[in-house]
Amino acid sequence: MTSALNSKYSFDTFVVGAANRLAVTAGRTVAENPGSAYNPLFIYSGSGLGKTHLLMAVGHAAKKVAPALNIEYLTLDEYVEAFHAAIAAGQGDAFRRRFQNVDVLLVDDVQFLTNRKEMQSELLRLTEALQVGGHQIVLTSDRPPPEIADLDERLISRLSGGLVVDIGAPDYETRVAILRRKADERGAKFEPGVLETVAGAESGNVRELMGALNRLVAFQAVNDRSINAETAKQLLGIGAEAASAPGGGGKGTAREGAAPGPRAGDEFGDFLADVTVTVGKAVEAWRARVGEAVLRWEGEGYRTRRLEALLERDTPAAVDAVIAAFTQDVERLKELEAEVAELDPQAAGQSVFRDPERLREAEEVAAKVRDGAAPPPAPSAAFPLAAYAVGPSNEVAVSAARAVLKQPGKKYNPLVLVGKSGLGKTHLLNAIGLELARGKRAVVACLSTQAFVDELIAAIDGDRVDWWRARYRRATALLLDDIHLIAGKERTQEELFNLFNLLQDKERQLVFTAPAQPHTLPGLEERIASRLAGGLVAELKEPDREVKRAVLERMLSQHGASPDPALADYLADRPADSVRGLVGELQRVVGAAAAQDGPLTAGLAREVLEGQAPRDSRRSAGFRTSGIVVSSLGGIKSREKMVWDWSDVADRVIEEFR
Amino acid sequence: MSLVNFTTREITCKIVYYGPGRSGKTSNLHYVYGRVPDSRRGRMVSLATQTDRTLFFDFLPIDLGQISGFSTRFQLYTVPGQVYYNATRRLVLQGADGVVFVGDSQARQLDENVESLQNLQSNLLEHGVDIRTIPLVLQYNKQDLPRELILSPADLDDALNFRSLPSFSADALHGKGVFETLKGISELVLKKLAAGTAA
Repeated sequence: MTSALNSKYSFDTFVVGAANRLAVTAGRTVAENPGSAYNPLFIYSGSGLGKTHLLMAVGHAAKKVAPALNIEYLTLDEYVEAFHAAIAAGQGDAFRRRFQNVDVLLVDDVQFLTNRKEMQSELLRLTEALQVGGHQIVLTSDRPPPEIADLDERLISRLSGGLVVDIGAPDYETRVAILRRKADERGAKFEPGVLETVAGAESGNVRELMGALNRLVAFQAVNDRSINAETAKQLLGIGAEAASAPGGGGKGTAREGAAPGPRAGDEFGDFLADVTVTVGKAVEAWRARVGEAVLRWEGEGYRTRRLEALLERDTPAAVDAVIAAFTQDVERLKELEAEVAELDPQAAGQSVFRDPERLREAEEVAAKVRDGAAPPPAPSAAFPLAAYAVGPSNEVAVSAARAVLKQPGKKYNPLVLVGKSGLGKTHLLNAIGLELARGKRAVVACLSTQAFVDELIAAIDGDRVDWWRARYRRATALLLDDIHLIAGKERTQEELFNLFNLLQDKERQLVFTAPAQPHTLPGLEERIASRLAGGLVAELKEPDREVKRAVLERMLSQHGASPDPALADYLADRPADSVRGLVGELQRVVGAAAAQDGPLTAGLAREVLEGQAPRDSRRSAGFRTSGIVVSSLGGIKSREKMVWDWSDVADRVIEEFR
Repeated sequence: MSLVNFTTREITCKIVYYGPGRSGKTSNLHYVYGRVPDSRRGRMVSLATQTDRTLFFDFLPIDLGQISGFSTRFQLYTVPGQVYYNATRRLVLQGADGVVFVGDSQARQLDENVESLQNLQSNLLEHGVDIRTIPLVLQYNKQDLPRELILSPADLDDALNFRSLPSFSADALHGKGVFETLKGISELVLKKLAAGTAA
């Protein structure tokens, strides 16, 4: 019982001009946000100016945005009929329910409410119900609500309560644009000037314009020859009309004052009409082209000042070049906007992307965004996964890392590597980052928490928090070293919390390192700590012999020395609480060997590390002072830091007590 | 002379009716004058001898009003046809935007027509204008005369219109073909204007 939406009537086929821009904008807004923007939306205009087209276009657009929406289009008459039928069948309630469940109700030709009291109250009730339910209602009429005769006050105020817009008669340029588009749609070709002639006929009614076009199309099809402007005029009776019209209508720009006085003979009138068309073609053709371009780009939401300025000028120098340049600029803006939208959605909304006069600014903004969106700090290439020594002490962490690499973001998210300093957390973190970065389109953010905090501070300082966020939000993986450093930094915790949730939602991998279990870290907000603990916490223990050996062998081979098995064994057997300490020891031995210019042997290592180093090696190593061996890196427990032999200690003690 | 003045938003077309003596150039103007509403025409200036032959030239300004925002004026001139007024013809021809060549359809006037056309070509050349580039139409006047006295438009085309210009048969005294000719030349003139604008 309701009419289907005619697919021909969409926004795409609706020619937007000055007279209908407001209505179209309102219609689009309503279609995109049904029920929330203008409710009810009331569109009125004279006959044949596109009410029904616009109404259906709203329906189509709303359907496109949200296909699930229940959209009904019907004329008031159909509504009345349906109502009467429902009442007659005793289904009044069902009828009401049915319309109350419509998401977008489009009612055409509301002016026929005149003298229908019961329908008015029904519509009032329906409008209220729809509004309350957040459903959209769009109505059209040939006059504004207060002018519909005999309309209930309450309904008037209800209908006027949303937005009431009118569609005016199209101006000359819009008429030309409409005719061209319709002719295109019909696949009809006309000689230049024909459509302009039709548009120049000052018909304020698009439907009549279509009628005129149809006649031309039909005539051309029947006679199988293309018609020229003059024939078109004769066919449509425009020439005579123009000749007899008194003093120009003042409506169309092109024909203002063109019509001669009523006493003019036919011949002169014809001549004048002919000249008018020719002049129109010759002088104003560029105006029509510019006008069309303005309409087109304005319709797409771009500023068209440059083109409008062209219209104000008298000498049309290189009009087409200007239009082409303008179009090119707009295309560039579109590109920039699309690019920026990907990097920083907020920045894309800026007005510079809608103003071709500010293309340079737009380029700058885009460049800035591009800079800002420059990939976040990447993992260090110095820590490849292949170089990571694996042993029983870190097996869990490494296998977790491998699982993460196999299914980033899906299996263990987040992965938290826990362990004391110097156990290779940073190495493993970077190694994971490097592996993740191999993926296509991977953007891996891998940095220390301190750097993360510093960046945020700089961003706050430079008022660029938005791009800072955007920068990390596009990361496909976030790896933060030493997460405990975030302690006490509320803002960073806040940002990290949001970033964390966002990335986790998108199944992007998160990896952190911490010196201890998340819950034991002081200064860490509960919500962060619990999130960290919610993934996998993999502990790295003190290096076992296997790890130590692997590390030593790698280090030794790096030094170009042929690994002396005895040396590696000796060092690996020494107690070391961290890989870093072990590396420190090895370096000291290497340093000593270099100073002596001797080979790297277990004996030398023992000498160096157990305090029996030859005297001349002390100077060169640079690690020690006054006979007491002090490691620059190791802990206090290290044997080499102890003074083992106190010469004539007994004398000294006695001395003290004397 | 500028045809289109964008600053003052004016279009001024100077159209010259050219042709041998007694071919009906002034008749053309008279007919146009009679059809243009008073408000739109200026005074027709005609310097004629006592026997009504054009001594100097005729001048008829027509105001077509605002067309596309341009106040449009046509100035119609005729030249004296007699051979010995060549200096005047050349003067009138100066700055013409378009020329209507009014030919006499009478068979015995054919030579005069040819001669006048050649004269037009040479006078235009004096002004540095190539006859092939200036808007030009032909009118075969006096087609109302008895058949045996005149040549048909086809014959005249053969004789005069070797450049395939638009040609119109006319009876200027009674107005037949007058406005058609004027339309024809206006269209050419304005089209040339269009070409000039687009360039």
